[in-house]
Amino acid sequence: MTDGPAPVLAAELIRWSWVGDHLDDIRGYLVQHVELTGLALLFGLLLAFPLALAAVRWPRMYGPILGFTGVLFTIPSLALFILLIPFTGLQIQTALIGLTIYTLLILVRNMVEGLRGVDPDVREAAQAMGYTRARQLFQVELPLALPVIIAGVRIATVTTIGLVTVTALIGWGGLGRLFLDGFTLNFTTPIVVGIVLSALLAFAADLLLVGLQHRLTPWARSGGG
Amino acid sequence: MRRIRLGGVAVAACLALLLAACGGGGDNALEGGSQENGGSTVTVGSTNFSEQLILAEMYAAVLKKAGVKVDTRLNLGNREVVFPALEKGDIDLLPEYNGSVLSFLDPKATQTTSEEVNTALAPLLDAKGLVALDHSPAEDKDGWAVTKETADKYGLAKVSDLKGKASQLVVGGPPELKTRPAGLPGLKKVYGIEDFKEFKALDAGGPLTTSALNKGDIDVGRVFTTQGAIADNGWVLLEEDKPLEPAQNIVPIGRKDAMTDQIKQALNAISSKITTEELTKLNKLVDIDKQDPEKVANDWLTQQGLL
Amino acid sequence: MNIVNEVIAWLTDPAQWSGPDGIPVRTLQHLWYSLLAAAIAGAIALPIGVYIGHTGRGALFAVNLTNLGRAIPSLGIIILMFTLVGFGIVPVLVALVALAVPPIVTNSYIGVRSVDRDVREAAEGMGMRGRQVLWQVELPMATPLIMAGIRTSAVQVVATATLAAFVGLGGLGRYLIDGLAQRDLPQVVGGAILVAVLSLLTELALGRVQALVVPRGLAGQGADAAVRAKVAKAA
Repeated sequence: MTDGPAPVLAAELIRWSWVGDHLDDIRGYLVQHVELTGLALLFGLLLAFPLALAAVRWPRMYGPILGFTGVLFTIPSLALFILLIPFTGLQIQTALIGLTIYTLLILVRNMVEGLRGVDPDVREAAQAMGYTRARQLFQVELPLALPVIIAGVRIATVTTIGLVTVTALIGWGGLGRLFLDGFTLNFTTPIVVGIVLSALLAFAADLLLVGLQHRLTPWARSGGG
Repeated sequence: MRRIRLGGVAVAACLALLLAACGGGGDNALEGGSQENGGSTVTVGSTNFSEQLILAEMYAAVLKKAGVKVDTRLNLGNREVVFPALEKGDIDLLPEYNGSVLSFLDPKATQTTSEEVNTALAPLLDAKGLVALDHSPAEDKDGWAVTKETADKYGLAKVSDLKGKASQLVVGGPPELKTRPAGLPGLKKVYGIEDFKEFKALDAGGPLTTSALNKGDIDVGRVFTTQGAIADNGWVLLEEDKPLEPAQNIVPIGRKDAMTDQIKQALNAISSKITTEELTKLNKLVDIDKQDPEKVANDWLTQQGLL
Repeated sequence: MNIVNEVIAWLTDPAQWSGPDGIPVRTLQHLWYSLLAAAIAGAIALPIGVYIGHTGRGALFAVNLTNLGRAIPSLGIIILMFTLVGFGIVPVLVALVALAVPPIVTNSYIGVRSVDRDVREAAEGMGMRGRQVLWQVELPMATPLIMAGIRTSAVQVVATATLAAFVGLGGLGRYLIDGLAQRDLPQVVGGAILVAVLSLLTELALGRVQALVVPRGLAGQGADAAVRAKVAKAA
């Protein structure tokens, strides 16, 4: 008993003519993917920052914040996205809310760890030098915490690029749409293209961020990340 | 120590992107289909099987020819996800099947002929701000398929033949088969068929059901009668010998406020030309020959002199 | 809130706890996919990570594997494998194994590699040869990190096993997909809660195992924090 069309296609993982015919679609998906990732990271960063500051300023909040974000993280992405559908439908908010929550979780942890990791002596020195709280934060603590924070941004970015593909199941998906197209048409080409491109995108983003990290923290070049 | 001005730049960038993202779901670059700017763009959606893609591409092509601005959001999922998107306005137009939409909107509906279904459907759509355009003679009904081997082994040719044998058979189909009136409950109610040995939730006329049926993981599969897979795999489509399945004429359903006369005219012009035989042929081109739905749709329209 | 009541009703309905669709069956299926994938991943990843740690060859690969592994689109792999081999458990297994391997490789590598040079030299000074050093010194000392890697992997696998339902298999993801298709919101929410709980339990249970498995000599050294520091530094 044969398995229908599948064996024929196994011999032809990529039909390049299809790729050529669909460059516009692919480009559109890629753009959507980058935009979803970028927006999610941006919102994640903006939301993580005050949360992290709160956790550092009031250490008693750290436990609950970490716990809450930890629990949210165990909700599988598919579940979270599907749960949002009755509320925000297939509009982009559904995908963005879910994606932002996941970036948030990763970023809060790293921001807090980074800020906490600043040597108390350095903090005291800044205070002794008369730095205001704000100046202390922006000119001393944050720069020192930057390597760890950017490490977190790297992880969040790569994770989000992967998660964006899951949003294909709720009407978005970026490159993930290629997976659905291939699935519906029982056709490996779009799927392979989707996997390769999203992996390349993640790789490129990671390299970019490593470069950024090196540029922003010239004093930390010795070993970390 | 480096000075890092996080505040200003970040906030400004965020606001800019925020405004861009939230400023309208239809016209910004965060859509997957063809780009048009401003004005009243009509978004054509589709659920997730190949026939839907073909029909949606047909609608899109015809509308474009009529000078309407069109955007496509295809392959979005199953009806449970996509129809609410239509109600909400995320999409404006959907190729649908009158019987299925009726049972979707009124789970207790029992009408079976085209006329009855359309009559019952109209007020339900109206209440949601939707309207059904002219329907096609083409029907893609829901059916039951078995492999030739299974048909021979259990002597199955008609749906009522399943009675007495179902308890030995595994049935597969979309998850909603378990709850929809024309699904498993209907088999019980109208045919008196007992519970199947097992129900596997797969998909509706999609690759999961096809693969599972071919591999023997299910014995009876829920299929769409125009699927190319039926002929290609030599399946036996069980004859529907009792009235259970409602009529399933292809009908474009759109948002009232988006369906201009121009659009209605353009779509009604092609609806009458779509027949079951033609549709089955087109499905085969996409499902079996792996041709592109957009190309298949456009070729057919050109052949019919409609483009 | 009405939806909360409905979800509670769904979760406590006795019908939900029996039969082939019941929570126990689905949970067991879910755990089965996860366990199988984790075992296969461990069998592949542990030797590789330990080898790289012990010999130092391929270090760059091991260190970056975890971060790049996060980019693997599990959905894409499941769909690709399904299109190639059809219905069955293989597509899900391949995707889950691909997901689980990177953290285990990276953590095993770091664990073995970061055994203090002094300790290694002492062992060699005592007359131990390569393989003895590996089994009697490096591996025991690497245990906290290796366990951390397994734990990370396991939690990710349990969470991602929900995708099995997308290709017609069982597991707790079925409640999400079926609930969505049947427009049964309590089922969807109930399913989400169940998977979240299962993931949490997995994390906690493996944390307990980690505590038990770490050799007593290392246990008191704030192993967990040290583990995280090492991983963060190398990432």
